[in-house]
Amino acid sequence: MSVFPHLTASLSPPDLFRGSGSGGNAIPDCRHGASLVLNKSGNDSGVRILILLALLATLTGCSADWGWYVVDPSTKSGWINLKFLLSGLYYTILLSVTAILISVVIGLLVALPGLSKNPVLRGFNRVYVEIVRAVPILVLILWVYYGLPQVADISISVFWAGVLALALSDSAFEAEIFRAGIQSIDKGQYEAAHSVSLNYSDTMRFVILPQAIRRILPALGNQLVYMLKMSSLVSVIGMQELTRKANELVVTEYRPLEIYTILVLEYLVLILIVSAGVRWLERRMQTDER
Amino acid sequence: MPIIQLSNVTKRFGTFTALDAVSLDVSKGERVVVCGPSGSGKSTLIRCINQLEVHDAGTITVDGVMLDGSKAALNRIREKVGMVFQQFNLFPHLSIIDNLILGPMRARGKTREEAREIAMRYLTRVRIPEQADKFPRQLSGGQQQRVAIARALCMEPEILLFDEPTSALDPEMINEVLDVMVGLAESGMTMIVVTHEMGFARKVADTMVFMDHGEIVETAPPETFFTAPKSLRCQDFLQKILPH
Ligand SMILES: Nc1ncnc2c1ncn2[C@@H]1O[C@H](COP(=O)(O)OP(=O)(O)OP(=O)(O)O)[C@@H](O)[C@H]1O
Ligand SMILES: [Mg+2]
Repeated sequence: MSVFPHLTASLSPPDLFRGSGSGGNAIPDCRHGASLVLNKSGNDSGVRILILLALLATLTGCSADWGWYVVDPSTKSGWINLKFLLSGLYYTILLSVTAILISVVIGLLVALPGLSKNPVLRGFNRVYVEIVRAVPILVLILWVYYGLPQVADISISVFWAGVLALALSDSAFEAEIFRAGIQSIDKGQYEAAHSVSLNYSDTMRFVILPQAIRRILPALGNQLVYMLKMSSLVSVIGMQELTRKANELVVTEYRPLEIYTILVLEYLVLILIVSAGVRWLERRMQTDER
Repeated sequence: MPIIQLSNVTKRFGTFTALDAVSLDVSKGERVVVCGPSGSGKSTLIRCINQLEVHDAGTITVDGVMLDGSKAALNRIREKVGMVFQQFNLFPHLSIIDNLILGPMRARGKTREEAREIAMRYLTRVRIPEQADKFPRQLSGGQQQRVAIARALCMEPEILLFDEPTSALDPEMINEVLDVMVGLAESGMTMIVVTHEMGFARKVADTMVFMDHGEIVETAPPETFFTAPKSLRCQDFLQKILPH
């Protein structure tokens, strides 16, 4: 039995690229939706939305029959379909946020031994990072979901398998980010902490990490964006997130172009919001320091 | 009984000997000024005293605690010895007041209120109580160094070490820092100061120490040190740095 029945179903060539001509009937709807987002977001993301709009306009210009009716919110079935697609948002966010929190903690715990003078601890750090980095995320997801229960004699839900796989694979990158961030802090900060009698954990907690985290914040933000995108892979084991919902709808509605375009937009909006949030946080932390 | 006793202390960096069998006694309340050419081992000497550098041979005893490389000894002397650095090394992400209360709260078990009270007392002593809520980068170099001195004082140390505290400052700010240090000296604090400010040295030093090539070449009270230095190397050095 195939692991991805929905994918096989949707792989037969849909009627996407037949003929050319003017755009379909639902373009105004699409413009309207995008311009709403534009009003709410900052200048930078506004520009990105404009670019996307232009791309979309070109795309629609090349294709004769778009079937936007499948997701037209003014019809009952279109509205139901749209709600179905959006319902994946919850798990996409929950999955990514849980995974990134865990991966940040693991990453930090792996980074600290990497900064030690002890060669055994440093060796542990290197081995962990090299091995985990070498495994493709999709492979890790499949292995954790299908393999781990047999090895460890446990049962694992789709959600936690996804979280675990995403967190593990991301933790190696987090570890490298933390290591670089901590190493960038001046030696004088450790010496000053030592001179006011702080022990190792207080030095890390109150002096080094707060400064390191400010410096690596953009990199951590990138990892969150990356995590949101990679969470789509968890659809292969049946996680009901954005991509899975889209795949399922494609199987029943047979309008892959429109549905996957909505999917692209969903990720795009999500990630623009996250980027704006990270920039806001960066600005706030910078003003804190002054 | 001296409060600091170094005997035959040797420190190597790789094959380079930064301290070569150095011996020095400092008694309680004594003010020692250390000078010497660049690379002569002045910083290494005082960094060994609070164990920022761990010596390779010889013995160091601080207030009865023998520094044998153990964690217990390390923790005990850190409480007794404060340090002021050339580059200030304030914590840039913390406000001035938070810079000052971190040590007392985490390492001395003081409550926030107690720590704040001590901090404000020492900030007043270094004459910048009004800067308490600013961040380090909002202050001038001279003000930052005075905060660093206050931060060291908040730990209520027995001994204060200064490693060229005015070398990173613009000339017009040097005196405000030296004034604070003179005040400290008058209060009876045990101080070891690495500096080339010879006016300050004349005013406060009980003992002058001249170092060259990892060795203490000359130890003398300031009167004899400045008027009749014994060694050629020291005469040479003084000639270079003293105004004629
Ligand atoms: N961590 C280190 N690794 C290697 N060599 C070092 C280290 N610290 C100091 N040294 C060397 O030891 C010697 C003494 O250094 P030290 O900093 O004690 O000199 P100093 O008298 O304080 O000089 P300066 O006036 O330039 O501050 C120098 O030659 C220096 O290069
Ligand atoms: Mg030095």
